[in-house]
Amino acid sequence: MRNFVRFLFRRHDVQIGLIVVIMAACFSTISSGFLTPGNLMDMLESYSVMAIMAAGLLVVLISGGIDISFAAIAAVSQFLVAIILVRFGGNWFVAFSLAGLFGALLGVVNALLIYYLGAISVIVTISTMTFYFSILMFVTQGKSIYNLPNWFTSDISVLAIPFPVVVAAIALLLTLFLVSRLTIGRQIYGLGGNPEAAKRMGCNIVGLQCFVYGYSGFMAAVAGIVQAHRVEEVVPYALIGRELDVLAAVVLGGASLSGGVGTVSGTVLGIVLLAVLQNGLTLLGVSSYSFGVVTGIVILVSVSATAYAAKRQRKRSIRDAI
Amino acid sequence: MMVPRELAEHDQPEPTPAFVEMLGISKRFSGVQALRNVSFTIRSAEIHCLAGENGCGKSTLIKILAGVYAPDEGTIILNQQAHSHLSPAASQRAGVQIIYQDLSLFPNLSVAENILFRRHLAMPSRLVRRAEIVKQAREVMARLGVNLPVEEVVGRLPIATRQLVAICRVLAAEARLVVMDEPTASLTHHEIDALLETVRGLKAHRIATVFVSHKLEEVMRIAERVTVLRDGSKVGTYPASEINRYRLTELMTGQKFETSLKPAFSSKTPPILEVRGLTRRGHYEEVDFLLRPGEILGIIGRLGSGRTELALSLFGMNPPDAGEVLIGGKPARLPTNRAAIRHGIGYVSEDRLSLGLVMPQSIADNIVISVLKKLTGVLGLIDGGRRRKSVNHWIDELHVKTRAPDRPVQELSGGNQQRVVLAKWLATDPRILILDSPTVGVDVGAKVGIYQIIDALAARGIAIIFITDEVEEVLHQTNRILVMLSRRITATLDPGKVTERELREAISA
Ligand SMILES: Nc1ncnc2c1ncn2[C@@H]1O[C@H](COP(=O)(O)OP(=O)(O)OP(=O)(O)O)[C@@H](O)[C@H]1O
Ligand SMILES: [Mg+2]
Repeated sequence: MRNFVRFLFRRHDVQIGLIVVIMAACFSTISSGFLTPGNLMDMLESYSVMAIMAAGLLVVLISGGIDISFAAIAAVSQFLVAIILVRFGGNWFVAFSLAGLFGALLGVVNALLIYYLGAISVIVTISTMTFYFSILMFVTQGKSIYNLPNWFTSDISVLAIPFPVVVAAIALLLTLFLVSRLTIGRQIYGLGGNPEAAKRMGCNIVGLQCFVYGYSGFMAAVAGIVQAHRVEEVVPYALIGRELDVLAAVVLGGASLSGGVGTVSGTVLGIVLLAVLQNGLTLLGVSSYSFGVVTGIVILVSVSATAYAAKRQRKRSIRDAI
Repeated sequence: MMVPRELAEHDQPEPTPAFVEMLGISKRFSGVQALRNVSFTIRSAEIHCLAGENGCGKSTLIKILAGVYAPDEGTIILNQQAHSHLSPAASQRAGVQIIYQDLSLFPNLSVAENILFRRHLAMPSRLVRRAEIVKQAREVMARLGVNLPVEEVVGRLPIATRQLVAICRVLAAEARLVVMDEPTASLTHHEIDALLETVRGLKAHRIATVFVSHKLEEVMRIAERVTVLRDGSKVGTYPASEINRYRLTELMTGQKFETSLKPAFSSKTPPILEVRGLTRRGHYEEVDFLLRPGEILGIIGRLGSGRTELALSLFGMNPPDAGEVLIGGKPARLPTNRAAIRHGIGYVSEDRLSLGLVMPQSIADNIVISVLKKLTGVLGLIDGGRRRKSVNHWIDELHVKTRAPDRPVQELSGGNQQRVVLAKWLATDPRILILDSPTVGVDVGAKVGIYQIIDALAARGIAIIFITDEVEEVLHQTNRILVMLSRRITATLDPGKVTERELREAISA
């Protein structure tokens, strides 16, 4: 029993879960507005875009890469789809399919550059981020699109759950299915854990990378559509700057920047943690400029705790090995 | 390129058909000619040993067969089809399975998933069947007669267990040829016996095995044919019946070696190291011994006897619970390895990959990493000239086979990496040097090289603790032998007065 408890506490997601619960408890005693159904649903809704992007990024991190360009991909796809919808009309199916297609294509471009140039993924995706975003700003001259169709901007909910939350839930479940139940998901873990071994076992490395970055681009574009639906307009620079928040949430959730490690449940907790923290601070009337400071501290503490645990683990395994 | 197979038909008649023929293979790595016109034939269901000194190209030849590297020249005839090179997938489809020297496991996946990873490749988008994977993994382990924790993540397992996982992985594949690149380097005697038995079992199933090992004793026990490489060229292929250990050593190195006992060590100098009643519960108990400058003290014991734990304690990495250590007659506290290094203790680890080297860094950086202070000149900057001199000195002295000292260590062959570890410690100019299995995975020629280095160090007055599980080695290379069994020193022996058999019995009792 004691061992079981100890085992539980060593698990990263249990630790994060505990922190969330403690924080939520603190905020709800200080501010009565925190634990109300209305506030909780608002919170879920406003973090759903981030959750969809995180689902895509998680898969890239598991494969041992990183994608910085997904917010730019989301902005580009969002813009292209908005133009098409405004000019030709359409429906939700068309909107998501087109966005997914654009996003996946832009993601595959990342993968091919990474594979054939042999460059590291940070550098490649930072470059493509700048490139995609600059082109977008050049073409739009920074102008927003306001005249989106009515069906696109009107509120929808399924069983009283807002549409963005539904999409986020589907994205996360799909990712869960991908990484834990599909063989390609397990290959992605293998690739992240030991790329050389994956190559030697005969994994199709370029195929896996196209899939992974394509998936991240796909999810980003879907998130872009959801975001446009929420704010009822397409602003070219609205999503820029979100990439680091998303990355922070995924890493908070236990995904490793060196690849091979990460879970969907952890990612969800990472987002919830950031959401509770930022929402609670707002309710307490803390200036939104200090968000960054607090978020930064939480991430730093969490990441160093993980790194420290990994170091102890390594020491222990060396001891065991002798 | 696909040409019919008539090409090699004029070779001498073969009793069993060839499973794979590698003809005239050459491979060059930026500056190093790793293989030069090597031909290598493996017959169906034979047990073929590939022997040669460190860096002679064994692993490279195997990687070409596996499709990891493409040869610069040569043809590979597999399943009656000629290929200029293979891909990993094509090689595996033809039934070639490799156990790599570095194991190539996935540290983040479970034992069962590692063993059956190939099932994930069968068809990309299919469902994972966990229960089936675990069941099949258990079946494979039963065939090898081992019991591993199927659900445990491989990265948490000790090296020897990982090696068993790698062996299980090839058994799980539909192999027609299994290549094992030094599979026994960190196994216990019992596990080696089981493995050799498995290799014979594979033969019974008409599966061929290529076995790379530096333990000639093993090679002679199971090989049917032996191919010897030297310096990237093939020396020849011989039936095992025509060859013995001495002949094999000669073929591998091109020179003869004789071994003799060391003269008895006698010295009046006061001991440099004195260990009294040292204990760490669960690791080792009540260890006492003396060590004098210039003496080579052998500690022989099997994996798990407590030998490595004791060594780590002396190196400050495994603090004891009780007892004391005196260095130069004065009590010394060794809470960290930095303290140990300050006291002039050096430690060459058994597991060179995780304790000894920074793999992506250059050979030069690895050698000087622990002596940077000594190489600083004006303003505390590193003196490039002195650094270069020191590096070249050790590369020469230990015959590290490399093109340039600024190449990353991971490019070196396994045995040459071992020498770099040794160079790193010698550069610190230690008074006491602990060598934990320094010749594991090192070929005979290089072993002799390392013995000569050890002798030279001892002659210079360095006290040496030489830990090993090879009886012959401890008999010929040390002045005094401590036998470690079940976490205790059970005997102190004089190499001149004990036979190989007695010693073998003493360590297994
Ligand atoms: N990727 C590489 N890049 C550059 N040189 C390499 C590479 N791989 C091997 N070499 C060089 O090729 C030669 C043959 O190496 P190989 O690993 O085949 O030796 P080996 O016979 O397996 O030796 P060991 O017994 O030490 O494992 C060595 O000189 C080595 O330094
Ligand atoms: Mg090798």
